[in-house]
Amino acid sequence: MTGFWRQVHTVIMRDLRRERRTAEVLGVTIPFGATAIILIGFVLSANTDTLRKAGPAILWGIVFLFGTLVAVRRTAAETPAQRDMLALTGADPAAMWVGQAAASALFMILFQVIVGIAGFLFLGFSVPMWWSIPVVIVLVGIGLAALGTLAGWIAHDLETGTALVPLIVAPLAIPLLLGASKTLDVLVTNRGILRWIVLMMVVDLVVIIIGVLAARPLQENP
Amino acid sequence: MTGGVSYNPWTMSAPLVSLQDVAFSAGKSLILRSVTLTVVEGEALGLFGGNGAGKTTLLRLVALLSRPSGGTVDVLGSATETDLAPVRRRIGMIGHTPALYPTLSLMENLSFLVGMRGEPVDRVGDALAQVGLGNVTGRQARHCSHGMQRRAEIALQLLTRPDLLLLDEPHSALDGGAAELVEYLAASVVDRGGAALVVSHDRDRVMQMTHRNVELVAGGLV
Repeated sequence: MTGFWRQVHTVIMRDLRRERRTAEVLGVTIPFGATAIILIGFVLSANTDTLRKAGPAILWGIVFLFGTLVAVRRTAAETPAQRDMLALTGADPAAMWVGQAAASALFMILFQVIVGIAGFLFLGFSVPMWWSIPVVIVLVGIGLAALGTLAGWIAHDLETGTALVPLIVAPLAIPLLLGASKTLDVLVTNRGILRWIVLMMVVDLVVIIIGVLAARPLQENP
Repeated sequence: MTGGVSYNPWTMSAPLVSLQDVAFSAGKSLILRSVTLTVVEGEALGLFGGNGAGKTTLLRLVALLSRPSGGTVDVLGSATETDLAPVRRRIGMIGHTPALYPTLSLMENLSFLVGMRGEPVDRVGDALAQVGLGNVTGRQARHCSHGMQRRAEIALQLLTRPDLLLLDEPHSALDGGAAELVEYLAASVVDRGGAALVVSHDRDRVMQMTHRNVELVAGGLV
């Protein structure tokens, strides 16, 4: 393993350990996200036509709101003293960014699986092309995690702090969530989905490249 | 102002820290003004000053964690480097708030930081034992006192052997034994040709471990 990937692995292991101790994603975010889906399902249960049409958008809206919160909170939770100590290890900031984003992506994927199950149970849509669901979940997980981590790094030293994060993330998340929503929509109607998957892959790639390239300037110019 | 340790400037050679006419402002507030300071190999320098005098800001500039608004900062040859990471690896800092991750154990915290440096983690347990924490290596940092966390950070510096040691209020919250560890740590760095910069309110204690002392008043050295 090269130095870069060893640092990425070290950051991922740190974040998995922290989650194991705090259970912030498993114990707080996932139950709240699933509860939101269930409540919306009950509220709209009388109007099955609306529920069927709005289902994918509701699901991805919940994934965006709660998922981005996961990535941002995990990034913003680091104290200035911890960031200083990490900078003095001389570790590659790009490796730190990739490690944090990768750990967030793992949590995001888990979040989507559980919230998605709640969505299919309580928002009442069926999917004929099940094989492509994992692809969508992984692409959305990577994209939102990368976006949230990038926003968290940008917000670190701003006086407004995390209050600015939704404004940073929302415009960048639009193509990702549009792709996810359209993919789920066409999955339901059993039509071609390739162009929407390609859109999500492009967004993921662009955000990852921006994150890797911006990591050092963000560390050097707080 | 001189300290209690014998010091012959003629035996000293290259400056490890050189600040020339350094200024630092945050917004409209001028925190540091016209600071010129040199710390040479084998020197321990004490830096005193009241609250808000700019001591911690100065320490962060020397740690290459902030950039000055004016003047030049050259630390371990950083002025000629485009990549500061290798220089930062040679700097050890113990800040005045603990930098450990609260939900990781002392062993996990130090292993993480040593791992990020690309160094073997097999001596972490020995280092913790050396500072008297051998029987609590698995305890999460949030369950350790401020003094225990300080000891763990001293253990990290003993492991990583920095060329430049920066200490911010190192004696706060420490018992007598731990305070001696701080002095041992600073002496070990100085004895192998490095340098130490100690920021403190505790003049009497610091003057026993430094060769020279300066005072910062309202952002300027006197």
